[in-house]
Amino acid sequence: MTVQAWLLDDSPKSRGQAAAGRAYRVTLDLLRNPLAVVGALIIIGLILTAIFAPWIAPESPVGQDLSNRLLPPSAEHWMGTDELGRDIFSRVVYGARITLLIVGLVAVISAPLGLLIGAVSGYFGGWTDRVLMGITDVFLSMPKLILALAFAAALGPGIENAIIAIAITTWPAYARIARAETLTIRNSEFVAATRLLGASHSRLIARHILPLCTSSMIIRVTLDMAGIILTAAGLGFLGLGAQPPLPEWGAMISRGRSFILDQWWVATMPGFAIIIVSLGFCFLGDGLRDVLDPKSEGKS
Amino acid sequence: MIVERQGQIAFAGPVAAILRFVFVVALTFLGLLALTFFIGRVVPIDPVLAIVGDRATAEQYEAARVAMGLDRPLIVQFGSYVLDVLRFDLGMSVSTNRPVAEDLARVFPATLEMATIGIFIGIGLGVPAGVLAAAHQGRWTDQVIRVFALLGYSVPAFWLGLVGLAVFYAGLGWVSGPGRVDIFYDGITPTVTGLLTVDSLLDGDWDVFRSAVSHIILPATILGIFSLAYIARMTRSFMLDQLSQEYITTARVKGVPEWRVIWVHAFGAIRVPLITVIGLSYAGLLEGSVMIETVFSWPGIGNYLTTALFNADMNAVLGATLVIGAVFIVINKVSDVLYRVLDPRSR
Repeated sequence: MTVQAWLLDDSPKSRGQAAAGRAYRVTLDLLRNPLAVVGALIIIGLILTAIFAPWIAPESPVGQDLSNRLLPPSAEHWMGTDELGRDIFSRVVYGARITLLIVGLVAVISAPLGLLIGAVSGYFGGWTDRVLMGITDVFLSMPKLILALAFAAALGPGIENAIIAIAITTWPAYARIARAETLTIRNSEFVAATRLLGASHSRLIARHILPLCTSSMIIRVTLDMAGIILTAAGLGFLGLGAQPPLPEWGAMISRGRSFILDQWWVATMPGFAIIIVSLGFCFLGDGLRDVLDPKSEGKS
Repeated sequence: MIVERQGQIAFAGPVAAILRFVFVVALTFLGLLALTFFIGRVVPIDPVLAIVGDRATAEQYEAARVAMGLDRPLIVQFGSYVLDVLRFDLGMSVSTNRPVAEDLARVFPATLEMATIGIFIGIGLGVPAGVLAAAHQGRWTDQVIRVFALLGYSVPAFWLGLVGLAVFYAGLGWVSGPGRVDIFYDGITPTVTGLLTVDSLLDGDWDVFRSAVSHIILPATILGIFSLAYIARMTRSFMLDQLSQEYITTARVKGVPEWRVIWVHAFGAIRVPLITVIGLSYAGLLEGSVMIETVFSWPGIGNYLTTALFNADMNAVLGATLVIGAVFIVINKVSDVLYRVLDPRSR
């Protein structure tokens, strides 16, 4: 039996085989979607850039060289230099690490939080549901960026606080999705069967309900990544996110603001990095949705 | 009338529906107040310092602490906060030395003006783009529009604003730079509506009007681009739903011209759901305006908010947050109600 036949087997012998088979089919479908492939390549590129930043960047991201201030893009400095003579290309490359750190931590904090709150809310119903969803709706009734700004202002500037502020504004959407999924699963027969076997509430939620919410959650988180990157860059631009001399893309654009009319490259170059990475997540998220959840196309 | 539903007693009829609606809106506002209270009084490690700033003396600090009533239990503090807000008392701004509510009333029209022009640009470009994409589903037009719509989700607003300034103001000289009007026209137009383009027309002053338009067109267009993405995407999705219906096939079989099928038959059916989408986008523009206003030094609520952030002026930050949140909720509810009134199926 070839590996492919094992993967595409209609009656898998084990959970592992079923999961691997599904992953294989999703990958095949994704590969047929050109935008999703481009998106995946961009994100792989971002991750590789972040890992190998010291080898890719020709110069240090913080090394100043005041004799080479504000040089236009050239063979030596692909993206020119900034007001302290730092090589912008090197800073953009190191900035990939910060961007990856922010989106990674926001996803790791907010997705499980939203998932848990939504699943608990949908599973127990009644007053638990009303209170938890009431809180969720209050957060959802506010524009995300404004809420993140207010939280970041209250917490004080800094990259950790920016991450917390963004995570606080991101979880409610996930809670809503997880609740909707839980409501459709809650009354299904396999849940009743597991309950009859004596499974506790926490086991039911953790082992049987949460895993079924993950696919819609993955789509939503991927689609949200672009928004998270933009919010983080916005906070950086306003001076509430990563602090100098960290090469955060939004903060770099903010530094270039005063030179926009004469030395346009200082502000524009980091912007291209933001656009490319956000687009990558959008493309991949769109493709994932087409593959995993074809019915919901266009609804966000 | 009282009807029994799922074991619960629910009220029906128009009066009860309105009462229930008012109750839900009131509850949402209370939630919003709880959230801003939480951000202002609970999240900061030292709320007093957040209000008076770190340059305050020990006496000022103590005075502020007592004035804010921080020695009282949280729930009492929250109660007095709600009462203050109901009396339109949002506290004093430490940077402008004026009541925050007064400041907000002064800056809000500028934001309203820009967002309104922005939403018209967004509708004018987004709806045709969405219809076109649906009519050409799967073909290159559709793909191009899809990529453009995704670009709208991926380009930072503040970056596009800076690039727009560099290209259209500094480079081509087509539009005016930051600010609302050329400096020598500033303050000569009597305030009637607070919308400078309207006020200058009412005043009959064409020079001010031209200057105001030339200042607003770039930021409003950039703002509109951000609503365009969402509007185009939703229009496409609604149109695809309609175009796959049987009445469209019937119309085509009858020999109705294709443009009529698309623009009269299918588009006619999606106008009502589009209203909700446009309402949501309009509310979303308030959010986008924060970044755009900062870049263009536009004297609106977004610029007020970011200026307050720089000065650690927490009363102003919370006041602006509260007002934006309240407008957001109101627009959402209004588009909700409009949908119900206009769509006979939901009655």
